[in-house]
Amino acid sequence: MALRVLVGCKRVIDYAVRIRVKPDKTGVVTDGIKHSMNPFDEIAVEEAVRMKEKKIASEVIAVSCGPMQSQETLRTALAMGVDRGIHVDVSGKDYELLQPIHVSKILAKIAQEEKCDIILLGKQAIDDDSNQTAQMTASLLNWPQATYASKIEKTNGELQVLREIDGGLETVRVKIPAVISADLRLNEPRYATLPNIMKAKKKPIKKVTPGDLGVETDPRIEILSVEDPPERQAGIKVEDVDTLIAKLKEVGRI
Amino acid sequence: MALCRQTRVSLRLLRSHPIGIASLETGCERHVSTVTSLDSASGLTTEQKHIQEVALNFARNEMLPRMAEWDEKEIFPTDVLKRAAKLGFGAIYVKEDSGGTGLNRLDASIIFEALSQGCVSTTAYISIHNMCAWMIDQYGNEAQKKQYIPKLASMERFSSYCLTEPGAGSDAASLSTTAKRDGDHYILNGSKMFISGSGESSLYLIMCRTGGSGPKGITCVLVENGAPGLSFGKKEKKVGWNSQPTKALILEDCRVPVTNRLGEEGQGFSIAMNGLNASCSLGAAQASLELATEYVKVRKQFGKALAEFQDPQFKLAQMATGLVASRMMVRNAAMALQSGHKDAVSLCAMAKLFATQTCSKLVNTALQLHGGYGYLKDYAVQQYWRDLRVHEILEGTSEVMKIIIAKNLLHH
Repeated sequence: MALRVLVGCKRVIDYAVRIRVKPDKTGVVTDGIKHSMNPFDEIAVEEAVRMKEKKIASEVIAVSCGPMQSQETLRTALAMGVDRGIHVDVSGKDYELLQPIHVSKILAKIAQEEKCDIILLGKQAIDDDSNQTAQMTASLLNWPQATYASKIEKTNGELQVLREIDGGLETVRVKIPAVISADLRLNEPRYATLPNIMKAKKKPIKKVTPGDLGVETDPRIEILSVEDPPERQAGIKVEDVDTLIAKLKEVGRI
Repeated sequence: MALCRQTRVSLRLLRSHPIGIASLETGCERHVSTVTSLDSASGLTTEQKHIQEVALNFARNEMLPRMAEWDEKEIFPTDVLKRAAKLGFGAIYVKEDSGGTGLNRLDASIIFEALSQGCVSTTAYISIHNMCAWMIDQYGNEAQKKQYIPKLASMERFSSYCLTEPGAGSDAASLSTTAKRDGDHYILNGSKMFISGSGESSLYLIMCRTGGSGPKGITCVLVENGAPGLSFGKKEKKVGWNSQPTKALILEDCRVPVTNRLGEEGQGFSIAMNGLNASCSLGAAQASLELATEYVKVRKQFGKALAEFQDPQFKLAQMATGLVASRMMVRNAAMALQSGHKDAVSLCAMAKLFATQTCSKLVNTALQLHGGYGYLKDYAVQQYWRDLRVHEILEGTSEVMKIIIAKNLLHH
C-alpha cells in the first residue's frame, strides 16, 4: 500500500541571520538577506524521503507558496530526494500578508487534486511561529491530524505517531489519509549530496497560481507596525525576601 | 523559448567539453548575475549556489564547532572527512564515469572556499586528496582508475601527494628520489618532506626520477601503505594545519610493480604541476572579515563602538576590497584552467600569489582589530591566521609564482 506524500516547505529568513526591523517599521529587512527552508519543514521533507526509502511512500511531492525564489526552496527539497515540486506563485502584497488560512486552503486543494494520502508539514515557521497550517489543513479536509510528531510509524492502514506535548509524550493512531506536523526531534535532515543536487535539476517543478486552485489570497490582515522588543532593563537588588515579594507584587508579577 | 532550447542543447554539448558554463546559463533562467562580490554566492549559477549552500552548511555544522579542538589536539578528523565524502566532496572534479562527482574546477573552488570557513587545515587536506584523485582520473589507465578512484571518492582510503624533498623545495624539478627499473618492478630510494596526510593515507603519489636530470626525467608512481621499504618520519610540530599529520616519507629499496606508474615515464613533473590549485585562503578571509566586522560593532572604547572610528572603518574597507579582488582572481583562474585558456598557468600563479598574500594580510588585520582578544585561542581568528600563513609557501611559494609569471611575460 504505497502512499503519496505531500510536503510543505516555506522559504524563510535563515535562522542564523540577525533580524533587523525596517526603519519605516512596516516589517523586517528581507532584501539581500540569506533565506533558507524553514528548519521544521526540512525535518518534514527528510521524514517523507525516509518513508519513500522504506517503501511506505511511493511518491513525494513538495509544495511551496511564494515568489519566484520559492523555487530555490523546492530545489533543495528535490535535492534531498523529493520527486517533484509544485510552486504556488504568490508575490507582492499578497505574499507579505499571506496567512496560514490561505496556505491551508491551497494545500488542501493540492492534496485533493494530487490524490495525496499524507500531508507532512513543519509544526511552525520560524518567521511567524503561527503553528496553524497543519491543523487548519486537516480541518478543511476533515482528515485526522497528529501534530508535534517526534516519531511516525506505519501500522496496517494507520499511522502511529508519538507526539511531544506539554505534559510529556503522547501516542496517537491516525487513519490514513492524515495530516502530520513535524517537531524538532523527529529526525535529523540529511545534507543534499552533490550528485543529488545535479539530479534535482532534471526533476520537474510545476508552477500554479492560487487562482488555478480556486483559492483567494486577498489580505485579511493589515500590519500596523513592527518594532524591536523593548531593550532589556537593568534589575535592582533588594535587601530581603519580604522586599522581594513586595516588589514582585508591585510590578504585577505575582 | 527557441533560444531556451538552443541554450539547453549547447549546455549539454558543453558539459562534455571542459569549458566553463558559468556565463552561458543566462539563456533560460532568469538573468543570473556574473558579478563577484562580498556575498560569496554572487556570480554563481543556481546549481553552484546550491552546492555552495551544502558546503557552507556542512562547514558550519560539522567543522566550525570542532576546528579549535582539531587544532589543539592535532586530530585528523576521519569521521568528518568520510561524511564529507558521502556528499560527494571526495572526488569533486573527477569524471562521473570514473566514480567521481563530475563537477569542474570552479565548482571545486567554490566548495573549498565554503568548507575552509569551517576549518582551513581540514579543507586543505580535502583539496589535496581531491587533487590526487583527479591526477589518477586524468593520467591513469582504466585498471588504475577502477582500482583506486572509488575508494578515494568515498574516502575509504586517503591519499597524499609527494613531491617536495629535504633538498628540493622550490627547485622541485631537482628532486633526487630515484625509481630504478628491475624487471616488472621499480625500486624506489629517497625521501620526501612535508607530506600532508602522511601516515594516515594509504595511497601515496610519489614523484621520482627514472630518467635524466630536470623535469623530463621525473615519473609519478603510486605507492600503497605497507609496501616494503616505505616508512615515515616523526610527526612534525607545526604552527598551523594541525588537523592533518605531516611527516617525512622514507623509501629504502621500496619495491612497487611497474603497473603502479601513473602516466608515462618522464611525464611525472607535468602531472604534478597540473594538479596544484588556492581557494582555501578565501574562506578563512571571509570568516575573518565577518568576525572582525561583528567585533567592531560590539566592542566599545573611548565611549563609542570601534565601528564608529575611521581607522577601523578604513581597515574593514581595505579588507573587503582585498577579499573581492582575491575571489575574482581565484575564480577567474579556475575558469581559465577549466577552459584550457592559453594563459591558465600564469593566471593560476597570479591568483595564488595575490590571494594568499591578500588574505593573509586581511586575516592579520582582523586579528589586530580584535585587540588582545585576537591573540587568545578562544577566538577563531588566530587559527585562521596561523593556518593561512603556510599558504604563501606550499604548493609553490609566492616567489616561485613570480618566477612563473615573469617567465611567461618575458617569453611572449
